[in-house]
Amino acid sequence: MEFNPACPVPISQYPHVLLAHGGGGKLMHQLIGKMFLEAFRNPLLEPQHDAAVMELPGKKIAFTTDSHVVRPLFFPGGDIGSMAVHGTVNDLAMAGARPLYLSSAFIIEEGLPMEMLWKIICSMRDAAKKCGVQIVTGDTKVVDKGKGDSLFINTAGVGVIEHEQKIAPQNVQPDDAILVSGDLGRHGMAIMAVREGLEFESKIESDSAPVHEVVLDLLKAGIEIHCLRDLTRGGLASALNEIAEVAGMKIAVEEKSIPVREDVHAACEMLGLDPLHVANEGRFIAFVAAKDSERALEILRRHEVSANAALIGRVVKKSAPLVTLKSAIGVQRILDMASGEQLPRIC
Amino acid sequence: MKFLDEYRDAGLAEQFARELHRVTTRPWKIMEVCGGQTHAIVKFGIDELLPKEITLIHGPGCPVCVTPLEMIDKALEIAARPGVIFTSFGDMLRVPGSTTDLLSVKAKGGDVRMIYSPLDAVKLAELNPAKEIVFFGVGFETTAPATAMAVYQAAQKKFANFSMLISHVLVPPAIEALMSSPNCRVQGFLAAGHVCTVMGFEEYFPLAAKYRVPIVVTGFEPLDILQGVLMTVKQLESSRAEVENQYSRSVCREGNLPAQELIKKIFKVVPRKWRGIGEIPQSGLGLNDEYAAFDAEKKFGVAESRVEESAECLSGLVLQGQIKPHECPAFGVKCTPEHPLGAPMVSGEGACAAYYRYRRQN
Repeated sequence: MEFNPACPVPISQYPHVLLAHGGGGKLMHQLIGKMFLEAFRNPLLEPQHDAAVMELPGKKIAFTTDSHVVRPLFFPGGDIGSMAVHGTVNDLAMAGARPLYLSSAFIIEEGLPMEMLWKIICSMRDAAKKCGVQIVTGDTKVVDKGKGDSLFINTAGVGVIEHEQKIAPQNVQPDDAILVSGDLGRHGMAIMAVREGLEFESKIESDSAPVHEVVLDLLKAGIEIHCLRDLTRGGLASALNEIAEVAGMKIAVEEKSIPVREDVHAACEMLGLDPLHVANEGRFIAFVAAKDSERALEILRRHEVSANAALIGRVVKKSAPLVTLKSAIGVQRILDMASGEQLPRIC
Repeated sequence: MKFLDEYRDAGLAEQFARELHRVTTRPWKIMEVCGGQTHAIVKFGIDELLPKEITLIHGPGCPVCVTPLEMIDKALEIAARPGVIFTSFGDMLRVPGSTTDLLSVKAKGGDVRMIYSPLDAVKLAELNPAKEIVFFGVGFETTAPATAMAVYQAAQKKFANFSMLISHVLVPPAIEALMSSPNCRVQGFLAAGHVCTVMGFEEYFPLAAKYRVPIVVTGFEPLDILQGVLMTVKQLESSRAEVENQYSRSVCREGNLPAQELIKKIFKVVPRKWRGIGEIPQSGLGLNDEYAAFDAEKKFGVAESRVEESAECLSGLVLQGQIKPHECPAFGVKCTPEHPLGAPMVSGEGACAAYYRYRRQN
């Protein structure tokens, strides 16, 4: 891990987090004051009240929460801190909201190196700044050594809805175009590669990134969006099946049009995994009115985070929930959710 | 992707399919032996491109599926012991024994780890001298060299804390058992390309001659399988029963000789029970006497048990190609990947799981 001298760890007397840092006494106040408050400083956090008090523009708000658990804490293309910000920002974006405020709750396992914690806090600070959101309230708990996996972060988020569109699975219509915002499978394979010590010729980096700006652009351009869903755990296959289920629709996608990077595809083939089941942290699907699909694709492709966006299929009709995939050799089959965790094959 | 997309070309697939329609004049039943091929057939929908006269029968070539319940129970018993790190390939972890599975043993505190190579288990033995490291050695001839290499390395390094629970099986005796069964419907075989990459295909000549059955060594991509079927059908239509090699980019007649040497050095051929089929003589690999110290069954003294399979599970008939997965009354009703009654519903390569995943509306 690189040490950045411009950003030294504010607490120098303890190289590791102690139980006492969560005990409510001086050490905890020091941790909160010198690390969290210092990094996340903003007028709403400043009063250090039990709850942040804020005014929200408009009438409709979106509110979400997400807990982040990832091993290792730092992975190619990101870390738990930036991921905790992106994850909640993206959840708000999927409701068509402009993300404004986040909370951050840290559950720290005793013994976590202080320098590592600081690096994660700084990463959260930078990610929040980039996303244009403020971290306005938080909580810290320290648990006994062995009772946590180094660090868990929960972030809740509030955003405002500044349009009249109904964005929800129930609103999906027959003939809707289904767009995916970029290539699939990078986050899951990046994590698996480091976790299992697998070496591939090229380094696969996580796609962890905020997607709210491109969503807000789609809305601003008046694209008729019926549903949005981020493609985290379970990947594209789970997202499509969840939406088919709630909407009561048959959905058809085409394998050939789904972007998967060559190295990710190769790694998946080697392990017997399906990239359509692998997790992403900066990808989403959009169900848009067929008439708007070309224009939506153009807007998506203007943003770096969705430069490889593609039209992957459409909603066929109202029916018993079903997702079909036209395979590479042109035959239709079911695209099912993975059951449980994906397990690599024997041979 | 290079070396992969070429074998998934829709245009070429159609050409093969057209040729198959042209040459097929009678009904033929062809068995693909390997679970990897079953998976590809169902995933890509290869069978739907075939003439209706051709039936593909899904063979017993999924190592997870044919590992007997008793062996899984032994694995569960060893994995639950304190001081043991139990290692296995990923897809064995979810396979139910008679009471539970390895993932549940892990959840209850057992140290069960998924690894990608048996050599990783040897590394664990080196890093954890105070623990007993056990590897669940499962698979066909394809994975046998890696298992053998792990035993060889552990023996070289004199690791006393390393052992293996071995349930390796061999393909040719299974083909022989199927062909000699009075209910056998199979008229031609696609032999498993990866098995033959290791073993070559010399041992299939006597089988083809004895049972008058074409055997075509076949790869795993859609075009491989279509071409393998085409070669088999051409033989059947012209009353030939030969061994042919479709997968020549990976397989040569004599196979990988150093790998075979290693297998012979470490293992001996033993009788082995196959889940759903029963005991097949000379169909498995066990440790040579010289390496008996690495036998986890002996080391941990696990008791032999007799367990009954669920009577509702017809996986034995599926594994012998006598019924299709969806013809089993439990399929998709009492038996799903979340609550499997038998192993073919658990493994990604199992015929039942493949049918459930890709085409349960049929």
